[in-house]
Amino acid sequence: MTAALELRGIVKTFGELRANDGVDLAVEWGRVHALLGENGAGKSTLMNVVYGLTTPDSGEIVFDGRPVVIHGPQDAIRLGIGMVHQHFMLIPPLTVAENIILGQEITSPPGVIDLETAGRQVSELSQRYGLEVPPRARIESLSVGVQQRVEILKALYRGARLLILDEPTAVLTPQEIKGLFEIIRNLVAEGNAVIFITHKLGEVMEVADAITVMRRGKVVDHTTPQQSTPADLARMMVGRPVLLRVEKKPAHPGDVRLEVKGLVVHDDRKQVAVDGVDLDVRSGEIVGIAGVEGNGQNELVEAISGLRPAVSGQVLIGGRDVTRRSAKSRLHSGLSVIPPDRHRQGVILELPIADNLVLEDFDQPPFARWILRNLRAVFDYAAALIKQFDIRAAGPAEPTGSLSGGNQQKVVVARELGTNPEVLVAAQPTRGVDVGSIEFIHRQIVDQRDKGLAVLLVSSELDEVLSLSDRVAVVYRGRVVAILEGEEIDRDRIGLLMAGGAAA
Amino acid sequence: MRRWWSIFPGWVINLVIVPAASVVLGFGVAAIAIVATGADPSQAYLALFQGAFTNTNAFAETLVSSIPYVFLGLGVALGFRAGLFNIGAEGQFYIGSLSGVFVAYSLHLPALLLIPLSILAAMAGGFLYAGFAGFLKARFGAHEVITTIMLNYVSFLLANYLVTTPGLMLDPHTRTPRTPYIDPNAALPIIIPQSRLHAGFLLALVAIPLVWLLINRTTVGFRLRAVGYNPGAARAAGISVATTTVLAMGISGALAATAGIVQTLGIQHVMTPAVASGYGFDAIAVALLARSNPWAILPAAMLFGALHNGASFMQLQTQVSSDLISIVQASVIVFIAAPAIIRWLLRLREGQVAKVAITEREAISSV
Ligand SMILES: Nc1ncnc2c1ncn2[C@@H]1O[C@H](COP(=O)(O)OP(=O)(O)O)[C@@H](O)[C@H]1O
Ligand SMILES: [Mg+2]
Repeated sequence: MTAALELRGIVKTFGELRANDGVDLAVEWGRVHALLGENGAGKSTLMNVVYGLTTPDSGEIVFDGRPVVIHGPQDAIRLGIGMVHQHFMLIPPLTVAENIILGQEITSPPGVIDLETAGRQVSELSQRYGLEVPPRARIESLSVGVQQRVEILKALYRGARLLILDEPTAVLTPQEIKGLFEIIRNLVAEGNAVIFITHKLGEVMEVADAITVMRRGKVVDHTTPQQSTPADLARMMVGRPVLLRVEKKPAHPGDVRLEVKGLVVHDDRKQVAVDGVDLDVRSGEIVGIAGVEGNGQNELVEAISGLRPAVSGQVLIGGRDVTRRSAKSRLHSGLSVIPPDRHRQGVILELPIADNLVLEDFDQPPFARWILRNLRAVFDYAAALIKQFDIRAAGPAEPTGSLSGGNQQKVVVARELGTNPEVLVAAQPTRGVDVGSIEFIHRQIVDQRDKGLAVLLVSSELDEVLSLSDRVAVVYRGRVVAILEGEEIDRDRIGLLMAGGAAA
Repeated sequence: MRRWWSIFPGWVINLVIVPAASVVLGFGVAAIAIVATGADPSQAYLALFQGAFTNTNAFAETLVSSIPYVFLGLGVALGFRAGLFNIGAEGQFYIGSLSGVFVAYSLHLPALLLIPLSILAAMAGGFLYAGFAGFLKARFGAHEVITTIMLNYVSFLLANYLVTTPGLMLDPHTRTPRTPYIDPNAALPIIIPQSRLHAGFLLALVAIPLVWLLINRTTVGFRLRAVGYNPGAARAAGISVATTTVLAMGISGALAATAGIVQTLGIQHVMTPAVASGYGFDAIAVALLARSNPWAILPAAMLFGALHNGASFMQLQTQVSSDLISIVQASVIVFIAAPAIIRWLLRLREGQVAKVAITEREAISSV
C-alpha cells in the first residue's frame, strides 16, 4: 500500500532557529495520524511546508507515491491536500455556502455565481460525512464548532483527501470535540487520511491510529496509542518525566477577598456579555471559572481589573467597593491580574524584562523619584525576580520578545505575584506555554494560595481548571450556571453545563 | 557570504550602517535621474558639496538650515516613539512662531528673560495646538494623521489672518503685511561673526540630550514608549492611554513650535504671512532617517540642512534643478523603509536589521 504522504528530511530555519530539523514522517491512507508536541515544537511549520505556505530549506515531499514540489496552497489543493488552520480563515459576513465555494465558484451564466448548485453540492458533502451546517447562515452567526465544520467542508469541497487539522480542539467544548472526532472517523473510514495536530495527550489516545512526537524541530519517536501510555507521551514531548497532576493540600479558606455582586458588563458591541454574575473568592482558595471561550470570561476579567465599565453591580476587593475605581488604583490596592492575552495585554515585547517587571510600579518609589526613573533600583528588583521565578534569560536588560513563550509568561506571573497581592485574577495563565513552565506557574499559584492568596482562575483548558480549583464556577452565556465544590466537581457534568445543559 | 560589518552590534548597524547605506543609495538613484536629464552627476554633486560646505560661509549656513530640522525632527521622532504620527509639525511650527513672536515684540525685557519667555510661549502654543489633536484621538478616536493635516491648514490661515488684520498682530506702522519687529533683546545672538549662525544652534544641541533623557530616563517617557509599543499592555498595567496620547502629542508639538520661534528670533525677527516652508514635512524624513533616535537626529538634520543649503548653488552652477534633492530625500526614505534591500545588499542576517516600527511604516506609506 502506498503512503498518503511521506516527508523526508524536511529542514526549515528562521534565522538561527531550526523550526524543522530533518523531519521524517509517513502518513497512511485511512488513518488518523496525530502530530504531538509542545508549543513551538515545529508542528505548524511542518504542516505549512506540506500545504505550501512556506518553502522548506531542504527535504522531499512524496504524495501518494509521487515526489512533488509544492509552491503554494494552490499546488497542495490540486494534489488533494486540505488544511484547517488554528485560526479560521472564513469571511464572517458571508454565508456558509459562499465561504465554501469562495475561489472555486461555479458560474452560470458566465460571471454569475450559481448559488443553487453550490448549495446542493455543499449539502451532499455535509450529509456524506455527517458534517451538519446551515448553508445559508452567515458565518458570524455560527458557533466556533460549526465554523470549524465549515472549514473542513471547504477543504473537502476542494477535493481534499488528506486533511490537516492544526490544533482543532483548542476552541471547542468537550461535546463539540466528541462531534469532531466522529467526523474524523467518518473521513478515514472512506479511505482519506487525517493529520491531527495537538499538544493534548487525552485526545491523541482517543482518536489517533498513529502518533509522531516532535520536540524542538525534531521527531522524537513514532508510536501508537497501544504502545505508549500518556505518561510515556508526555515524557517524549518534554524530554523528561512530568507530573500530569498538580499536587496540592486541601484548602483552608479564610475571609472573602474578592466579591462580585450582580455584575453586568457589555462587550465591545454593547451586547450583554456578563449577565448578573455573583461570585466570591476567599483568602486561601482557588475558584476556577470553567466555560467555553467567549461566554463572558474576558469581559468579567476586564470588569474586575477596571478595564471595562460595569453597567451595573459591584466589584469589591478586600471588602472595599472599587467598582468606580481606575485600573491603576485597583492594581495598587491588592489586586493582581494575569491577563488572558500575553502579547496584547501581558508584556511589551520590545521592552527589557526589567521594564516589564515594573510595568505597574515604574512611577512609584523606589523605582522613580519625581519624574526620574531609578534604573538601578529597577534592575536590582528585576534581577531578584528573575532568580525567584526561574526566568531563563541573559539578564534584566534582555528584550522580553527574545524569551520563549513560557519565560515571557513567567515575567507576567513574577510581576503580578512579586507585589504580594491579596487577590490574583489569573486568566489563561499557561496559554501557549511549555509543559515545564506550566508546572512552575501552577506550583507558584498553589503555593501562594497556601499562603493566603485569593485566586480567581479563568481558563479554557478544562484540565487546568479541574486540577487547580477548590471550587468551580461554570459560565454559560455570561451567567454562572453552577458553582461546584468537592465531589461535585466532575468532568462530564461540567462539560454538559459548559454547553448550556441544565444543572444536573 | 557574511561581510565584516555584520560583526557590529545591532545599534551600530541600525543607526549608522543602514542609514548611511540608504543615503549612499539615495544619491545613487538621484544620479540616475541626473544622467537622464543629460547632466553630469559628479559635477552636480561637487557643486552640491561646495554649496553646502566649502564656499564662503557655506558651512555656517548648513548649520543654520539644520537648526529647525533638529527641533522638528525631535518632535516627530518623539511622536513615533509614542506610536503617534504627527504630520502637523509644519502647522505647529507656525503656531510656535505666532505665539512666540507676540511675546517677543510686545514685551521689552532683558534678553535673559525675553528669549526664554518667547520660547516658552511658543512651546505652550505648540503644546496646546498639537495636544488638541491628541485629545481628538484620545476622546473620539480621530486619527492624528487626518487631524494634524487639517490643523496645518488652520494654522496657515490663522497666521495669515492675525498677521494681516489691523488691530491684531499687523504692524500699524507699515503697509506690508507683517507683525512688528521683535524687541532687539529677543533676537538670538550670532555665535559666528560675519555669519547668520545664531544661538539657536546651541539650543538645538541642548535639546537633543534633554529629549533623550525625557524619553529614556523619565516616567513620562516610559509611559510614552509603553503606549507606543503596546497600548493594550500599557492600559492593562494601569497607564492611561488617553492622557499619554495627549501628552505625547503636546510635547511633540512643543518641540515643533520651538523650531518656529527659534527661526523667527534667530533669522527673520518678524513674522510675515505663512507660506508652507516644507520644513515640517522634511522633518518626517529626518526622524525616519534617524530611526527616531534623538542622538541620530543631529547628523540627519545636518544632512538635510546641507542638501537644503547646497541645492541652490548646484542649480546655479550646473543647471541641475534644486528639486533634485527631493529625489535624494525620497529615495533615502524608500531604502530606510525597505530594510530587506539593505540587508540583501550588505549580506546581513535576518534579524540584524530592525524593521521600522508600525507608526514609522505608516508614516512612510503616507508621505
Ligand atoms: N514565520 C516565522 N518566523 C520566525 N519564527 C517562526 C515563524 N514561524 C514559526 N516560528 C518559530 O518556529 C518554532 C516552531 O513554531 P511552530 O511550528 O508554530 O510550532 P508549533 O505549531 O509546534 O507550536 C517556534 O519557535 C516559532 O517561534
Ligand atoms: Mg502551532
